Amino acid sequence: MNNAVPHFKQPLLKTPFHERARALSQHDSFIPWAGYTTVDVFTTMEQEYFAIRNATTLYDLTPMVKYRVSGPDALPYLNRLVTRDVAKLKPDRVAYGVWCNDAGQLIDDGTLFRLGQDEYRICTAERQIDWLLDSAIGFDVEIGEVTEQIAALAVQGPTSCAVLKAVGLQGIDKLKPFEIGYFTLATHRLTVSRTGFTGDLGYELWMEPQSAEAVWDALMEAGSSRGIRAIGSQALNVARIEAGFLLPNVDFVSAEHTIRTGRDRSPLELGLAWLVDFKKGHFTGRRALVNEMAHGLRRQLVGLDIAGNKPAHNALLYTDDSGKREIGSVTSAIWSPTCKRNIALAIVDAPHYHAGSTVWAEIYLNRELVWERRMSRAQVVERPFFAPERRRATPPAEF
Amino acid sequence: MTDVSVQSKVDCIVIGGGHNGLVCAATLARGGRSVLLLEAATQVGGAALTREFAPGFRVSAGAHLLHQMPADLLRELRLESHGLQWAAQGMASAALLPGGARLALSPQDAGQNPSTQGLSDKGLSATGLSPEDAQAYSAYTSRMRRFAAALVPLFSRVPPRLGTTAWADRLALLRLGWEVRRLGKRDMRELLRIGGMNVYDLLEESFASEALKGALAFDAVLGSNFGPRSPGTVLTLLYRLAAESAAGSAGLSQPKGGMGALCDALAKAAAAAGAAIRTAAPVASILVEGDRASGVVLESGERIAARCVISSADPKTTFLRLLGPRYLDTGFVRRVDHIRSRGLAAKLHLALNRAPSFSGLGEAGLRGRLLVAPSMQYIEHAYNHSKYGEFSAAPAMEVTVPTVNDPALAPAGQHVLSAIVQYAPYALKEGWQSGRQRFIDKALDVLEQFAPGLRGSIVAAELLTPADMEQEFRTSGGHWHHGDLAFDQFLMVRPVPGAAQYRTPLDGLFLCGAGCHPGGGVMGVAGRNAARQVLASSNL
Repeated sequence: MNNAVPHFKQPLLKTPFHERARALSQHDSFIPWAGYTTVDVFTTMEQEYFAIRNATTLYDLTPMVKYRVSGPDALPYLNRLVTRDVAKLKPDRVAYGVWCNDAGQLIDDGTLFRLGQDEYRICTAERQIDWLLDSAIGFDVEIGEVTEQIAALAVQGPTSCAVLKAVGLQGIDKLKPFEIGYFTLATHRLTVSRTGFTGDLGYELWMEPQSAEAVWDALMEAGSSRGIRAIGSQALNVARIEAGFLLPNVDFVSAEHTIRTGRDRSPLELGLAWLVDFKKGHFTGRRALVNEMAHGLRRQLVGLDIAGNKPAHNALLYTDDSGKREIGSVTSAIWSPTCKRNIALAIVDAPHYHAGSTVWAEIYLNRELVWERRMSRAQVVERPFFAPERRRATPPAEF
Repeated sequence: MTDVSVQSKVDCIVIGGGHNGLVCAATLARGGRSVLLLEAATQVGGAALTREFAPGFRVSAGAHLLHQMPADLLRELRLESHGLQWAAQGMASAALLPGGARLALSPQDAGQNPSTQGLSDKGLSATGLSPEDAQAYSAYTSRMRRFAAALVPLFSRVPPRLGTTAWADRLALLRLGWEVRRLGKRDMRELLRIGGMNVYDLLEESFASEALKGALAFDAVLGSNFGPRSPGTVLTLLYRLAAESAAGSAGLSQPKGGMGALCDALAKAAAAAGAAIRTAAPVASILVEGDRASGVVLESGERIAARCVISSADPKTTFLRLLGPRYLDTGFVRRVDHIRSRGLAAKLHLALNRAPSFSGLGEAGLRGRLLVAPSMQYIEHAYNHSKYGEFSAAPAMEVTVPTVNDPALAPAGQHVLSAIVQYAPYALKEGWQSGRQRFIDKALDVLEQFAPGLRGSIVAAELLTPADMEQEFRTSGGHWHHGDLAFDQFLMVRPVPGAAQYRTPLDGLFLCGAGCHPGGGVMGVAGRNAARQVLASSNL
């Protein structure tokens, strides 16, 4: 990692996997992500996507922002921060969680790692240090950003467990979903969590930056017979929509960043009510969310199954094909290669967000520079769109 | 903490027995609620307290003059029948000037011109202000009084919330708009022009006399983190004038027996209305059950249940210490944490073995309020030090000699000098351990200029720094007003949005102290407004 150059001369940092990624990148297609330069596509999006669903993939997620939270009040602090009950999170377990502002509107989502009795790590998409520190007023906790101190690599796909076994992580097959295990690979210490953003079998490897290249090389070698492939963000995006996962700034905008009224979203609106524990005691936004529950949701993020095979990118939604009454819009849309369905995530106004409702999507198609407009019937459906049994099976099947 | 015996249950617990807590308790009891007031100290009064600071010498430990407590509040609680007497009312103000001169500002400044004696100042003739300044002063006072009058309706009401659709809020905002509009085109334009200005610029464009400008500017910065050149100080001055005007009282007054006597009368009024008062009962925390305030735990461990809790403690103490951030949202806690509440005003008490003799000031002059603020530049210089954690090399002061009006405060023939001394930063860089005596010396150096020989008559001296006041009166930062009175801490943003209507984010918990609208000073209006808000709550 060559980050010794002053930051203003190097606006985008390189991750510890950068040299390996650059060597495999056929398109030089890099995009900025949280202050780092990362790969968008290595070869083709389709090739990379099918590796996620059929083989093993490596995805560099070092830019995920990581915070260490420790101290005697770590648990009460986190329980006041996030909406779910952190008291139920046992050591060496991971939980997905969201946190809200006072108005009960989502600031960000992330994963919460419990690494010890009083030690946790928060992994999140955006930098949050001000909110985390303000939330610490009156709590005996220490909070520090550790993003640059930890290199992270997602190893995802149906053969991922087999690859990790082959590389020498003994007992990896016993790791349950959302569990954390500790391994060594040659001399390199690895923290492995059975987590991911693909909705498939997969693991995330956390290590010291100096171990990054050696671990990458070992995995590439061990996985060569199992179709291992480095992937970029485009392929991952298709997988995460199939899995029904939300992407910040795509499916919601952090309430700390919205300017216009009504553009922030509550966890209830985002279909994350299962993450909100009203019984655990107070947390930031609780009173506002109780109030929102009492008054009913004005809109909700839902899955859509859309007729035809044209992805409904940015489509407006209507009550019928006359396109007169607008009731929402699509936030993420793809043709799902695995489900063979035209799917989308969309924000839909009450009362049309209930599963089974029919809405109409206004889809624009650019056909050799001529725009065509389609009104396509769409059905509100449950998420996720794709949830194979193998993502949960312990031990995972041999491949 | 000993255990869980719920000893009793009352309708309302009032935390803190300062004047606002007492007014609140009395008003609630008069409204038919069962009330228990808990005071940490061994006597009520909070910072409105008379106490002995040297054997035989007593003084008002905090504010020493009363001028903002509404006359109708005094009447409503029948304080005079509960023992409140006046040592002096309608007291005059005079600015002490170098060379034994002074500028007398008549009571209420009611269109009368201030007069000076024995000095040569650019804007002053031998007997008073120059004709130009005299004319300007007359126009200035009547204009400022008109502006202040437009703000008066705000004082006795719950401040409106912004951004709601509730009629009461809209009506209150409309009323304020109407009061401002009613000033007429010229006055309204002038109010909007000067409303955001600093008092230095306003006075500079109005007068030539440095003495007059200094004296007028002092009232704009008394008790807050401001110098005359700080933004928004015209508004703080207007606010002070409006509070006096809203009080409709007899100007500057001195209760007989000091400020503590006022609180004794308030306590009697509260008791007469049926409120129970317990002293030496410091509250350790506020109890929460089912997301509402359900009582308090005393430091002794005793738990007392109540249907609601009303705190006259400052907002930081109430929310961050007594309740605790874990019952509050992050954004709200952040706002509370950011309240500017570091005191800058110290209190100097001198026990004197004879009446002080200020040059050119007879005994009649000693009955009033004396200002050491000879020019705006002087105050600004004094303020400059505080910005860097130092005390003023030449502090500005408000001085009274309470024993002239109320000889019982000291042994026969002896006197007490009470002075508010600015600026004394809460967090003094060198620390108050070593700074205390040095600051007393600076203050005495200044006083000695106006009252030669004062040092020789001192029997005892006491300095209460903001740090001392934080300890003694349990106010965060030792701030007189529980938070600066400033544009961004007024009205619907006092103490913070979300708690500016005396209610708090936690059901059943209310605020009633100086940290709320309309703020500090010995006013009692916050206590009364809060009580009315509690009484108006249908479920309490």
